[in-house]
Amino acid sequence: MPPVQAIIAKELRSYFVSPIVYVVGGVFLLTFGFLAYLYIVFTGAQAIQLMQMQGGTAQINLNDLVFRNLFASMRFVLLLILPILTMRLLAEERKLRTFELLMTAPVRVVEIIVGKFISVYLVFIGMLLLTTLVPLTLALFSDFDWYPVLTGYLGMMLLGGFFLAVGLFASSITENQIVAAFTSFGLLLMCWLLAGLGSLLGDTPAGHVVSYLSFMEHFDHLVRGLVDTKDLVYYVSGTVFMLFLAHRVVDSSRWK
Amino acid sequence: MIEVRNITNRYGHLTAIDRVTFRVDKGEVLAFLGPNGAGKTTTMRILTSFIPATEGTAQVAGFDCAEQPEEVKKRIGYLPETPPVYQELTVSEYLSFVGRLRGLSGADLTTGMDRVMERLSLGSVRQRLIANLSRGYRQRVGLAQALIHDPPVLILDEPTVGLDPKQIIEIRELIKSLAGSHAVILSTHILPEATAVCQRVVIISGGRMVAEDTPDQLSARLRRSEKISVTLKAPPANILERFREVAGVEHVLTTPDPQTVLLECALGRDIREEVARFTVGQNWGLLEMKPVSMTLEDVFLKLTQREDGLPKTDDTAETERH
Repeated sequence: MPPVQAIIAKELRSYFVSPIVYVVGGVFLLTFGFLAYLYIVFTGAQAIQLMQMQGGTAQINLNDLVFRNLFASMRFVLLLILPILTMRLLAEERKLRTFELLMTAPVRVVEIIVGKFISVYLVFIGMLLLTTLVPLTLALFSDFDWYPVLTGYLGMMLLGGFFLAVGLFASSITENQIVAAFTSFGLLLMCWLLAGLGSLLGDTPAGHVVSYLSFMEHFDHLVRGLVDTKDLVYYVSGTVFMLFLAHRVVDSSRWK
Repeated sequence: MIEVRNITNRYGHLTAIDRVTFRVDKGEVLAFLGPNGAGKTTTMRILTSFIPATEGTAQVAGFDCAEQPEEVKKRIGYLPETPPVYQELTVSEYLSFVGRLRGLSGADLTTGMDRVMERLSLGSVRQRLIANLSRGYRQRVGLAQALIHDPPVLILDEPTVGLDPKQIIEIRELIKSLAGSHAVILSTHILPEATAVCQRVVIISGGRMVAEDTPDQLSARLRRSEKISVTLKAPPANILERFREVAGVEHVLTTPDPQTVLLECALGRDIREEVARFTVGQNWGLLEMKPVSMTLEDVFLKLTQREDGLPKTDDTAETERH
């Protein structure tokens, strides 16, 4: 078994024997379910209103009213939750001195980073899969367009991957897990606020660059069902870049 | 197997180790002896390719630690100061993880795990979480981890810390039994340990090598005078002055035991006969007389203290073994 697989297996094991995954996963699923419930009830109320006004059957668009809102809210939930999943990845190794074990084993740094990233990504995918119960249940009682829902999930996967990479980087620079979590909160919030700065700068070249750097707009496109290469490139390159930074940090720890 | 030439390591202005040079051959156990902060761990980290040396070269099994870290890492087993264990894993999960990290799989992994668990008597705790193990067991798990791939070179940073006396003896026996087919470096600040398991001792202090030799020769080299200890049944009050009458006695030293004194004479001279004749003649009741050789502990104190420019403490060192 190559070292990457050994690292992934060990990390998954560590996640599932500790309470982290259950707490984070539980909060994530509760939030998702509760938000979905709110939007559905709200949409239902609107539908009744519309029916009373128009008299006949009103056309209710679940995609717009439920899923778009739900995915948009999940951006913030992911920002709050994913740094908690990633904070231990490297910081704990340093704190407990197991870092020395990894660094003196015949394993390349890239294998360590990739193994850690894949393991936390798998945990996240597992959490996302459980949320599909919401659209699946909804599909039993109503009609909606699956395509934007699937691209919304794609958006969540890409966004989540980026958040996890930022978190892994934050975890690489410290041996304190709280510092790691707050560093990733900070980085992600800054990245979010770039969208505000971008709209402030408006239709200028600088404004376009700044807006591009924020993950907001790219996510909106996917949630609306627009799969644009530009957005995919944004997330994948952002993720790879953050993993690269984490790699540099871990690699350079030998030279300090 | 291990060849270190003039390695120096600096952290900013601080020089952690300064031109350290030594070699270890296959079948040899080398002790790295020094007070805390002497640079033992830094040297070991350079040998494991964990950190590079600022200057000088270190080679393990013919591979350069800075240039070919992958090859070096494959050939070493390393026990850091703190056993690098994952608390949330069981002993066998942990060993299997380390084994796979080290490229073992299938039957090799199983035999490797069985071998180290038997050697370190971990069989009874194999399904226990490491978090629930005592300090001694964790240390043994750490050692098992270093041995699982049967590396030709073993680097052990204070392997017996935290163990009880029985376990210490077991681990020392284990290290001795490994010596035949491996090259072993261990660091310690406990001197009897170096004498018990090592063929050669490197004493390091303030980052510099102060001495390198066999434990026996080190004590011999440092002895600048012969000392004999004499125990009397009825020593007179002015015993210190009285013994100076004996030809050849240069100094008379007291010891914590009022009945025992230490007599010092020039190196190479044997005054036992004169002392015996004199004592019997005075009718002091000679109970015991024996030559005192320096323990490694004294050597260590002497060498390392001379470095710091502290005064030597010959007086009571001989009578107190830690």
